[in-house]
Amino acid sequence: MASITLDNLGKVYPGGTRAVGDVNMQIADGEFIVLVGPSGCGKSTLLRMVAGLESITEGEVRIGDRVVNTVEPADRDIAMVFQNYALYPHMSVRQNLAYGLKNRGTSKAEITRRVDEAAEILQIGQFLDRKPRALSGGQRQRVAMGRAIVREPAAFLFDEPLSNLDAKLRVAMRLEIKELQRRLRTTSLYVTHDQLEAMTLADRLVVLNGGQVEQIGTPLEVYRNPASTFVAGFIGSPAMNLIPSRAVPHLPGSAHAGIIGIRPEDLAVDPDGPIEMQVRAVEELGAQRLVHGHTNGADLTITLGSHADLHDTLRLSAQPEALHRFDEKTGKRLA
Amino acid sequence: MKRTIFSNQLLPWLLLAPQLAITFIFFLWPAGQAIKQSFLREDAFGINSSFVGLANFTALLDSPEYLNSLKVTAVFAISVTVVSMGVALLLAVAVDRMLKSSRTYTTLLVWPYAVAPAVAGILWWFIFNPTVGVMPYVLEVIGYDWNHISSKTDAMILVVIASAWKQISYNFLFFVAGLQAIPASMREAAAIDGAGPVRRFFDITFPLLSPTTFFLLVVNIVYSMFETFAVIDATTEGGPAQATNIMVYKVYFDGFIGQNLGSSAAQSVILMLIVISLTVIQFRWVEKKVEY
Ligand SMILES: Nc1ncnc2c1ncn2[C@@H]1O[C@H](COP(=O)(O)OP(=O)(O)OP(=O)(O)O)[C@@H](O)[C@H]1O
Ligand SMILES: [Mg+2]
Repeated sequence: MASITLDNLGKVYPGGTRAVGDVNMQIADGEFIVLVGPSGCGKSTLLRMVAGLESITEGEVRIGDRVVNTVEPADRDIAMVFQNYALYPHMSVRQNLAYGLKNRGTSKAEITRRVDEAAEILQIGQFLDRKPRALSGGQRQRVAMGRAIVREPAAFLFDEPLSNLDAKLRVAMRLEIKELQRRLRTTSLYVTHDQLEAMTLADRLVVLNGGQVEQIGTPLEVYRNPASTFVAGFIGSPAMNLIPSRAVPHLPGSAHAGIIGIRPEDLAVDPDGPIEMQVRAVEELGAQRLVHGHTNGADLTITLGSHADLHDTLRLSAQPEALHRFDEKTGKRLA
Repeated sequence: MKRTIFSNQLLPWLLLAPQLAITFIFFLWPAGQAIKQSFLREDAFGINSSFVGLANFTALLDSPEYLNSLKVTAVFAISVTVVSMGVALLLAVAVDRMLKSSRTYTTLLVWPYAVAPAVAGILWWFIFNPTVGVMPYVLEVIGYDWNHISSKTDAMILVVIASAWKQISYNFLFFVAGLQAIPASMREAAAIDGAGPVRRFFDITFPLLSPTTFFLLVVNIVYSMFETFAVIDATTEGGPAQATNIMVYKVYFDGFIGQNLGSSAAQSVILMLIVISLTVIQFRWVEKKVEY
């Protein structure tokens, strides 16, 4: 168990690519932090710097009170779950789980105890003598998690551990990871590009964009008060409408903001509403429908109940507190 | 897959004919001749030959010279294989770490493979020549009196080096390809699991490389037993005192120099059997693919 501190952390690759810059954050003991952002934004790089698999070119990583910049991965007391699981194909599941303990000179009895315990937690007891290739994707995933938990490390690092699973299994494993972490209370750093995974798993999430931190906060904070148009567009599905205020002149506060953000679910059909929307397409999702269109040249999406009447034009309104205002140039949130 | 149907029954045979002819003329026919010859004994003038059954074979197995040749071949083949694969693996592991920037290094290491075995043999013969070579001079400085013309050990070392040298490039290429095929995350996981570089190599890299290693093992044994004729001929000619007279060279020496065709043919047949069994072992393994 330990806290993790990132202090002005940055990475410049030998080719000159600046993958990560100026990351500052405090991860409390037992906290579940999710790093989220689009492909190439530096999530893996950041995680691998914490793991010790990538050299640190700027700043500091501290695990507990110890600066670990030059500490070998093995000595950082962390465990990592890889996207491709990285199970050792020539070893049985039991040997896979035991390998890290064996290398650290743990006693035979203790190894057996911990492996059996992990197998019990993850329900992989009946696979212990199989080789990884004889397991399904989901079972491999569990073994990979097992390999991390037997070590009882100070922190878990996950790099998109669910992205090789099918959609249904992903949802199930997501829940299991959440439960597991709640039970073990181990500090976790989890990388994903899936905002839904990020929202559901995180105690706090870190939105990265181009190697920079855009926002750090609890899922609800980030959802309710996105710090920038980037975060607003990235977190939440369907994405928040970001409309130039010219297109919606009658909304409160639009006079002194460049961009108005409104979540699709915050727009309601209202015959007296200030926004007139021309409907272009409707997506039927069963429980609800997504209506796409535009107003004064700006794209607009709303969610409606499946019983709502549809017309070619709709008048819409939104509660004043549901409006987000952003600066047009910087994209930053205005108070 | 699309199947090509030949309406003409003759055409496929015509297309195969050159390949079949070459196989027959240069392989099947001489092999048949060797088998036939191995059961015959010619008289001193090479005019008449008579059927002697397995006499040629039993004579061989009773001959201390042939048994010596078997032993020499085993020592030679194992040494060449171990040296060429060991050095190649070391180089491949070194290159694997920095492969992106090392195109030139890779190319350089492939060069020896383009050098004919005889040339390689002469090259090494010069380098190790007791009177004009560089190595004996260097060895003398560190107190070793090199002479492969009189010393059996030195002669063996010379032919092993001269033969292994060329094979290193070939093995190297396969090892590099094999290493590249191992996902980096496997080694990273092992690093996090507390395995140092040496441990990582023996616990993870080497086992995952085993299909490549086994393939190369067979290839190198076959090479050292059958393709090193030119090297031996250019350096030691089997000497001194039979110390480097490997089976292939003995076949040639007994057959063409000694004119003992029956014995030479019997030796070829034994060699043929060895090749066949090595090939069978290899195919068996390839079928099983990988052990994990
Ligand atoms: N070894 C490397 N050498 C040079 N540049 C690299 C290297 N690894 C990554 N990069 C660059 O650093 C940036 C961040 O890469 P990183 O792998 O951290 O992204 P990511 O957020 O994990 O993306 P994804 O979601 O696709 O996995 C990218 O622009 C990438 O091209
Ligand atoms: Mg990544």
